[in-house]
Amino acid sequence: MAQLQFREAIRAAMVEEMERDERIFLIGEEVAEYNGAYKVSEGMLDRFGPGRVIDTPISENGFSGLGIGAAMNGLRPIVEFMTFNFSFVAIDQIINNAAKIRYMSGGQFPIPIVFRGPNGAAGQLAATHNTSTESIYATIPGLKVVAPSNPDDAKGLLKAAIRDDNPVLFLESEVMYGMKGEVSDDEDYVIPLGKARVAREGTDVTIVAHSKSYWIALRVADRLAEEGISAEVIDPRTIRPLDIDTIVGSIRKTNRCVIIDESNPYASISSEIAFQIQDRAFDWLDAPVARVTAKDVPAPYAKNLIDYYMPQEDDAYRACKRVLYAD
Amino acid sequence: MASPTKSKRSTRRPTDPNPGQDVAGIVPEDFPEEPIRLDMTFNVYAAGRFGHEELGLASDDVLSMYRNMLLQRRFEERAAQMYGKQKIAGFLHLYIGQEAISTGTATALTLGKDSVITAYRDHGLGLALGMSANECMAEMFGRIGGCSRGKGGSMHFFSREKRLFGGHGIVGAHVPLAVGIAFAHKYKKDGGVCMGFYGDGAAGQGAVHEASNLAALYELPAILVVENNQYAMGTSVHRAFAETEFTKHAVGYDMPASLVNGMDVFAVTKAVQDHAAMARSGQPSILEMRTYRYRGHSMSDPQKYRTKEELDRKKDQDPIIRMKAYIMEHKLADDARLDAIDDDVKAEVKASVDFAEKSPFPDLETIYENIYEEDDYPYLA
Repeated sequence: MAQLQFREAIRAAMVEEMERDERIFLIGEEVAEYNGAYKVSEGMLDRFGPGRVIDTPISENGFSGLGIGAAMNGLRPIVEFMTFNFSFVAIDQIINNAAKIRYMSGGQFPIPIVFRGPNGAAGQLAATHNTSTESIYATIPGLKVVAPSNPDDAKGLLKAAIRDDNPVLFLESEVMYGMKGEVSDDEDYVIPLGKARVAREGTDVTIVAHSKSYWIALRVADRLAEEGISAEVIDPRTIRPLDIDTIVGSIRKTNRCVIIDESNPYASISSEIAFQIQDRAFDWLDAPVARVTAKDVPAPYAKNLIDYYMPQEDDAYRACKRVLYAD
Repeated sequence: MASPTKSKRSTRRPTDPNPGQDVAGIVPEDFPEEPIRLDMTFNVYAAGRFGHEELGLASDDVLSMYRNMLLQRRFEERAAQMYGKQKIAGFLHLYIGQEAISTGTATALTLGKDSVITAYRDHGLGLALGMSANECMAEMFGRIGGCSRGKGGSMHFFSREKRLFGGHGIVGAHVPLAVGIAFAHKYKKDGGVCMGFYGDGAAGQGAVHEASNLAALYELPAILVVENNQYAMGTSVHRAFAETEFTKHAVGYDMPASLVNGMDVFAVTKAVQDHAAMARSGQPSILEMRTYRYRGHSMSDPQKYRTKEELDRKKDQDPIIRMKAYIMEHKLADDARLDAIDDDVKAEVKASVDFAEKSPFPDLETIYENIYEEDDYPYLA
């Protein structure tokens, strides 16, 4: 194990996989000479050369499509978006080409590609630079969507994503890149996609939260513990496919569930998880499923407004109390 | 004819294996004193200028090209008939009139090594590259015996074996894929080139602009082909483009471009030979192939945007009639041989309808196949 920042864990996964498989290359804006807009790919140009760590012009549509075409012709690209907000310029490539070409070709052309970069809100960046994209992409069959919450998962899940023969969207976070944690240095440290992690065991209420929201869940669980309430925290880690079995298994034990999701609420990941819970565990629920999300508005700029926009720890705490009828 | 050339740039490239003296990020200091003048030359591949012998083609090659063009024509005529009988549904875009482009391309490329990708008007290229009429007709019938197992239909012919990378439905969106396929050829150093075909309408899409820039920037073995059939659905080129000479679009990417008479199969063959050689040497380029589609955009097109006189005038240039005249003029075959080819093609097309009729519809469980690599993906019920 090594103490690594989130960004270093992602870099370690890419470097190890690129050492292992020559078909893998990294392409995106500022990934090479600039060493990455968020220094995720720092040093990779020197290590692998300009043939495998490739700067692009500002052309998300073009270089995403280039990656997909290269995947059709035998390579395994990692496409970095400076942020997933910019992936919308390339959304046609992701949704119509990456996700559907295997299907439309009757299985002749798999698309082994990873699109990765930061997702979600990152402060006073205003509306276009603060979008949580997971539900937009997770609705599309043919894609996988991964959103790790900590450096160790980031490494193991990214290695799995790179080895996966399907298109995988790997959602990081600007505000987590500096986060440190113990990270496995096993070269084959691969966390299977589609497996949730029970981060904290508990008996009274299940809190489901991914990416940054996971850390809110842990803080809420601590506060509840002080009151003698035992919360189970589940990090789905993979958004599509979702490990609903682990979530349902937990609810059958706790009979209550709160979802914390940084997305805008309408038709979000929390909506889907809540539907699946009522479908699979209705008879085990002692209270309606509650959720805490970003506000149902575009992300604002002003400090007080963006702080208010984000899912609130206090709201999550109160939601847990509410489903326990302890408020 | 001399191949178009251009001077290699001196600035450092992201894929330049030997980054040298030029340091990225340095902006040229010299500001020009004189007006900037462009000296542009685009080669022209005119109809009737090239004969089979100078292209290295034997008379049998010419006859097999003729047969191939005729196969595409008869196949699509039969497909239109099957559409009328509701055996084929959805969209059906016919390539009739443009067959010299597909056949010339397949003649010039190294089949099995080079790659081709196109839009939804894909039957001609599929058959030219050697896909069977059976698998193509069955695909349009939506049968399991189709080239894409009945999942794609008319717009989505794919063949890994023949290196046809589709068959794509969103106008212009496959052109970045063409560049990526070429990128992989270069990355793997396998000597292959990729030809990306798109229509005049697609040239207005941003994806085509981005892809063109990337192809030139990375010096990829790509040939981007504008099949200018004069109409984007019902909108003529003149109503859609400020610059209707697509060769000139290449100036913005510092790429060579040539204009080809797409109604003459030998002009197409020669142009693709020349530009494929350029691509193999690391020089991407644009080919504008002027052509004409005799049928509507799709089967539901009333074609009110053009006159009958225009259509009749263009029919004199029919690539198959032109080729037949060439064969007769050069005495490469007699009437009996040509009649035999005609009969043979008709039989092949008829057999493809029989094959498609007999091929079963896909089993319902195949709806869950070919989405993800793994067989046990947990689809929601």
